[in-house]
Amino acid sequence: MGGVALWPAQASAEAPRVDAIFSLLLVVSAVIILLVAGLLLGFAIRYRRGSKAPRGRLPAILSRDIEIGWTSATAFLALFLFWWAGAAQLAAVQPPPQALEIRVIGRQWMWEVRHPSGARELDELHVPLGEPVRLVMSAEDVIHSFFVPAFRLKQDVVPGRLTEAWFTATQPGEYHLFCAEFCGTEHSAMRGRVVVLPPEDYARWSHAQPEGDNLAQQGAKAFVALGCAGCHVAGGPVHAPGLAGLYGRQVALADGRRVMADEAYLRDSILLPRQDVVAGYDPVMPSFAGVASEAELQRVVAYLMSLREAATP
Amino acid sequence: MSEVAFDPTAPHGVHPPSYLTAGHTLRSWLTTTDHKRIAILYMLALTLFFFIGGIAAALIRLELFTPAGDLLTAEGYNRAFTLHGVIMVWFFLVPSIPVTLGNFLVPLMIGAEDMAFPRLNLLSWYIFMAAGLLAAFTILAGGVETGWTFYTPLATAFANGNVLAAAGAVFVAGFSSIATGVNLIATIHTQRAPGMTWFRLPLFVWGMYTVSIVIVLATPVLAMALLLIMAERGLGLPIFDPAHGGDPLLFQHLFWFYSHPAVYIMILPSFGVISELVTCFARRRIFGYEFMVYAMAWISIVGFLVWGHHMFVSGMSSYASLVFSFLSFVVAVPSAIKVFNWTFTFYRGEIGFAAPMLYAIGFIGLFTVGGLTGLFLASVPVDVHVTDTYFVVAHFHYIMVGGAVSAFYGGLHFWWPKITGRLYPEAWARFAAVLMFFGFAFTFTPMFLMGFLGMPRRYYSYPAEFQIWHVLASAGALLLAFAYLLPMAYLAWSLRWGRRAGDNPWQATGLEWSTTSPPPPHNFATMPRVAEGPYLYHPAETGPQHGQPEPEQKQGDHP
Ligand code: HEC
Ligand SMILES: [Cu+2]
Ligand SMILES: [Cu+2]
Repeated sequence: MGGVALWPAQASAEAPRVDAIFSLLLVVSAVIILLVAGLLLGFAIRYRRGSKAPRGRLPAILSRDIEIGWTSATAFLALFLFWWAGAAQLAAVQPPPQALEIRVIGRQWMWEVRHPSGARELDELHVPLGEPVRLVMSAEDVIHSFFVPAFRLKQDVVPGRLTEAWFTATQPGEYHLFCAEFCGTEHSAMRGRVVVLPPEDYARWSHAQPEGDNLAQQGAKAFVALGCAGCHVAGGPVHAPGLAGLYGRQVALADGRRVMADEAYLRDSILLPRQDVVAGYDPVMPSFAGVASEAELQRVVAYLMSLREAATP
Repeated sequence: MSEVAFDPTAPHGVHPPSYLTAGHTLRSWLTTTDHKRIAILYMLALTLFFFIGGIAAALIRLELFTPAGDLLTAEGYNRAFTLHGVIMVWFFLVPSIPVTLGNFLVPLMIGAEDMAFPRLNLLSWYIFMAAGLLAAFTILAGGVETGWTFYTPLATAFANGNVLAAAGAVFVAGFSSIATGVNLIATIHTQRAPGMTWFRLPLFVWGMYTVSIVIVLATPVLAMALLLIMAERGLGLPIFDPAHGGDPLLFQHLFWFYSHPAVYIMILPSFGVISELVTCFARRRIFGYEFMVYAMAWISIVGFLVWGHHMFVSGMSSYASLVFSFLSFVVAVPSAIKVFNWTFTFYRGEIGFAAPMLYAIGFIGLFTVGGLTGLFLASVPVDVHVTDTYFVVAHFHYIMVGGAVSAFYGGLHFWWPKITGRLYPEAWARFAAVLMFFGFAFTFTPMFLMGFLGMPRRYYSYPAEFQIWHVLASAGALLLAFAYLLPMAYLAWSLRWGRRAGDNPWQATGLEWSTTSPPPPHNFATMPRVAEGPYLYHPAETGPQHGQPEPEQKQGDHP
């Protein structure tokens, strides 16, 4: 901790890219500030009241031409900066398909993290070095924001919807994890740390966690406990669709639309069943909003998603 | 209470009647429809709110002196910054220049007797005071901890402060804004003196015109958003609640649809003020008058299309982010043009450095930094890192405080002789202007750095490594507080002991200076006629005559 840092740690693949844009903007700003300050103070001194500097007629070039000149120069500069920043942004939108998927729940005032292995941690996030990690996040109460300065990563975590962010850690170490969206009394206590481990250490760490069911297995239990199984079983009392192999498939809806059964669709089917009713079924499924907690919801959704692998032979 | 200070029977021969002596009773003030008196009423109210917001700021800076939360409770801190934001935005910055200088000067500058709707003008003050009472009630009842942004579901379901009262106060204050905006638009359209064509209007009037358009179009959206918040919280109607299919992001879109233009509501009037100050003290016509007008018009239109840049990390689609990023870069261009034009107005001038000019130079510097850091926030990858950190806090304070408040102080000094008939003490005023610039930079520059390092905003306690920057900021805030209080002291002093100003101490052009100072109740003895454009500080095509006294320039040809 010796000395005062003037630049934040760069610990993700994204960090140097963001810093490159930041640095360019710094240079552009410095040039413009020097230009404006230089001209302003230069003129102020040279043309101070009573100075001997000649005033006469304005040179002809200092008319419309110069206005049009600097208008187009700034417009061009703005376009260039936009193009550069926009290209960098688009390049970072899609996570690589093989990214390790970690689920995050924000709740007043803690972060709950679940790894694919079933390992669960609070206010900490362990990740393997050099492997892309995709965070799938939602909130239980109010809006929070998952912020890791060293990764130049920030994403709001919103109740009622899934948000995603991804990164590849490039430096082992411990970094700050902050909640960046004001979320009530203890907002500033909603912080923790991100620990980047070499892959072997990560595997060791994740196995050393209390042995438990993985997320999908926990979800299978919740599926029964919440009473979903009572309807969604072949030959059950209610005519309800089977859910195996649903994830990733196109679903025909009663109103004629076809939608992709992605993760958000699964969530919405549970929270807002009336919104997308499957063709050929009655809208009898009750909403589980307020009944299933955010954590249960995530587990059940993980279970439903795991049924895809089970269904494909 | 202080009319005595403007005693017209002072030893100066016969003084023409002034609006200040038109009535001495409290009643004559509270029922006045004179735009100049209403401006004074507003000024008193705004000073009070500036103090309240300032005290909250002082509490924040004191708490942040150490990383641990020690002075206030977490809840107390959250209430302090909410109070600071709500009061400073809606009860100081948004109304500041339009309701005081705007109210006072627009009719004078266009050669009118009063505003188009004098009674609406008074009504808007009463609405503002009603909103102020609600705000005071909110504070006395314990405050509110939602941030000035009122984000749902925090504000609707989780916050336990007086959200309804606070949102109600802002809701009511909005109507006062709208009334002032409508009045200014109508006044500028219908009350201009003969010959005062649109392109002869001083840029201050153009600033007031464009800001009024933004106020009138944007404020209703805020009213609507707040009404929905109140309906959800107070009546339990599920509007933004995700458990009932609502969307918390919808609120953010509505809120920022107002609140981004609100930034321009706070800064457009300053553009006008600075143009008046720079021309007068550089004895120079404004460089590129038409471009200045088009730049303001452009800002007020495109300013409506960039609100999404507050939501790059909210979960909004990346392609929407791209569009908002583009438009945010576009809106930066006219601001740059204004800075260049002010700078070139200095070229070949006869520059004097009275206090208003020092404020103007400070404004140009701070506004340039504020505007340039806006480019960082318009770049999505950089914004992702610095949004919701102190970088953003620094950025908008540079624009709204370094910019708008400096301009307000500069304008107040410049027109003080017009308003009160007295001169302020020049040496003190120069000292305050310089102190304000450096105090401001000292307070807010460290925030850029700590924000970039990752210090989140709205944090009551924070990791120790950020302490050094917070200590610097808090120390700077002390200087800044002094720089804000000092002018209040000497301006108040000057009411009684300041030298008499004469009608036009700056030899400024502009119709407002062609009448007496302070002006008579109906502004002009005879209807002014206008034959030329503004800022005729020197003959067209040349610079000011070197070494010769300023040519006497009048915009009107009234006696
Ligand atoms: C009362 C019986 C009932 C219960 C209990 C029930 N469902 Fe359903 N569910 C249905 C019916 C009927 C449909 C088809 C109509 C519709 O889409 O609403 C359905 C549709 C679905 C779908 C969309 C299927 C598709 O093919 O697109 C999903 C996913 C789902 N349910 C998950 C669940 C989960 C998870 C639970 C437990 C938390 C649950 N359901 C509880 C009756 C039920
Ligand atoms: Cu938070
Ligand atoms: Cu904005």
